[in-house]
Amino acid sequence: MTAPKTLYDKIWDAHLVDEAEDGTCLLYIDRHLVHEVTSPQAFEGLRMAGRTVRAPEKTIAVPDHNVPTTADRLDGIKNEESRIQVEALDRNASDFGINYYPVSDIRQGIVHIVGPEQGWTLPGMTVVCGDSHTATHGAFGALAHGIGTSEVEHVLATQTLIQQKSKNMKVEITGQLRPGVTAKDITLSVIGATGTAGGTGHVIEYCGEAIRSLSMEGRMTVCNMAIEGGARAGLIAPDEKTYQYVKGRPHAPKGAQWEAALAWWKTLYSDDDAHWDKVVTIRGEDIAPVVTWGTSPEDVLPIDGVVPAPEDFAGGKVEAAKRALDYMGLTPGTKLSDIAIDTVFIGSCTNGRIEDLRAAAQILKGKKIKEGMRAMVVPGSGLVRAQAEEEGLAQIFIDAGFEWRLAGCSMCLAMNPDQLSPGERCAATSNRNFEGRQGRGGRTHLMSPAMAAAAAVTGHLTDVREMM
Amino acid sequence: MEKFEKLTGVAAPLPMVNVDTDMIIPKQFLKTIKRSGLGVNLFDEMRYDDDGKEKPDFVLNRPAYRNAEILVAGENFGCGSSREHAPWAIKDFGIRCVIAPSFADIFFNNCFKNGILPITLPQSQVDMLMKDAEKGANAKMTVDLEAQTIATSDGEVIAFDVDPFRKHCLLEGLDDIALTLEKGAAIDRFEKTAETRRPWV
Repeated sequence: MTAPKTLYDKIWDAHLVDEAEDGTCLLYIDRHLVHEVTSPQAFEGLRMAGRTVRAPEKTIAVPDHNVPTTADRLDGIKNEESRIQVEALDRNASDFGINYYPVSDIRQGIVHIVGPEQGWTLPGMTVVCGDSHTATHGAFGALAHGIGTSEVEHVLATQTLIQQKSKNMKVEITGQLRPGVTAKDITLSVIGATGTAGGTGHVIEYCGEAIRSLSMEGRMTVCNMAIEGGARAGLIAPDEKTYQYVKGRPHAPKGAQWEAALAWWKTLYSDDDAHWDKVVTIRGEDIAPVVTWGTSPEDVLPIDGVVPAPEDFAGGKVEAAKRALDYMGLTPGTKLSDIAIDTVFIGSCTNGRIEDLRAAAQILKGKKIKEGMRAMVVPGSGLVRAQAEEEGLAQIFIDAGFEWRLAGCSMCLAMNPDQLSPGERCAATSNRNFEGRQGRGGRTHLMSPAMAAAAAVTGHLTDVREMM
Repeated sequence: MEKFEKLTGVAAPLPMVNVDTDMIIPKQFLKTIKRSGLGVNLFDEMRYDDDGKEKPDFVLNRPAYRNAEILVAGENFGCGSSREHAPWAIKDFGIRCVIAPSFADIFFNNCFKNGILPITLPQSQVDMLMKDAEKGANAKMTVDLEAQTIATSDGEVIAFDVDPFRKHCLLEGLDDIALTLEKGAAIDRFEKTAETRRPWV
């Protein structure tokens, strides 16, 4: 009889290549996703050492961080440094023979949206990428996490990663969500409850009825922000929804291999009596639509709350809150729903999937955005964009006054021309509200796509439940 | 990789929690395809005003700390983006050791790949080192990796923990990839077995 295991334990054990006496492990990597910003130095390192990519067929590259999202991008990227980075990825993909979706390909998009969409991401896999939001793929029951560029080079050269095992943390969301509450509200509320370091040293498994009830898109949103809670990875055990999502995708197994894969995937769950180092339980019914007020994703409050005061906090967080309020230009006691905004960004690897666009469009249908508002939708991939056009969502956004863009990371991190100017205040569906994240001096409030759409209409942070 | 053995230098105090990697090196500097040259933009938005002029109050702009080699900071240092440009910028500035009550996971890993030693200590000890660092340029600390100790300017000695494998790699300046390639046979064996167990991968 073997000891009870968590889902993380099972995936870890299935990928262990070597374990040294001191506990340092070598873990096999099934899928390596690559983008243009964190890979040039890694490929250069390979060249200098005369090394090759060990498993090019398991390596998938796509430019996303730098690419403009305007239609003229096919005429060439104007920013020279961005262009050089994208061209370097074009060349590296070709030289090393790895799978590649160039800017001109309709399948191009944000790496964490393209991977699942193309069936590269499968349950029970190990997935890494030089990007912290790799945690997204955990929605499939894959052990997925971000790595630095030195590790990108290590995986390219060896298809393995030197790792130490993390601890197991269970986050259970019981019951059902109330109307107007989404996956984004779950993941932000968890970070609000545990803090941005609450998951440090752990791999989180999200479970409970409210998680089971989420679509695959919603599960990806939840896992995506595991990193914002400090965790190395977020996981959700695969189930019928997972299999249905994966089945028939271009790189999903087929025929007898599908049956073999399915048989193994069905063993991927945490045993009843598995050991958890940390457990957090939140009632689904207690989660409200939330927004962030500060400059850390843990600065989360229900939309019907007020801006807090520094004295509401303890320790180092008192100074941090003072600094955040100053940066955000907010006064304690102000109703969150009284905060006026001038920009709306719907997109990113957190909320750039078809379901997110549907949720926003549902609020916007037949309405106009507030006069003077700058609002953009950036679909997560070319295929999401095409589907949204087919479903008539694009027209709803355009009629409402949104800009309808091409796929990329865009204003989530503002490496391309989509940026905030100093003092501009944005309702964003992305994942980070750090100082300067969306542009120097820009102010970010994180929320769900439906909440961002509601804010676009009213011109201030808004409780979406009032518009449903 | 550059070895890390023993370091005596000025420690700069940065008593902030949740210092994220966007703060350490903002996105506009990630467009480089090189590892070097990022030191001048370390903490760019805190260090320079909108016109690119130095903000005199920022710790690394103060005369005492312009050549700091150690950084003492608050909890959850290096959170956010996985960008290795953050440790590259820290190293390029000349800082080889960061001391904090806690670090974000990816940043912590990235440090060791670049000859930087991140040290985790209880809050009370970090508070003590923060006070010592605030004394300025005459108060140098000594970080001894072999002995796993930090000596303050007053001669007080604090012990710290470090993972033995990572310590070994830092002390010897070892390249991870070369070490792993020595285990090529084990990787081959794993791939052979996986091909029959999980042929769809």
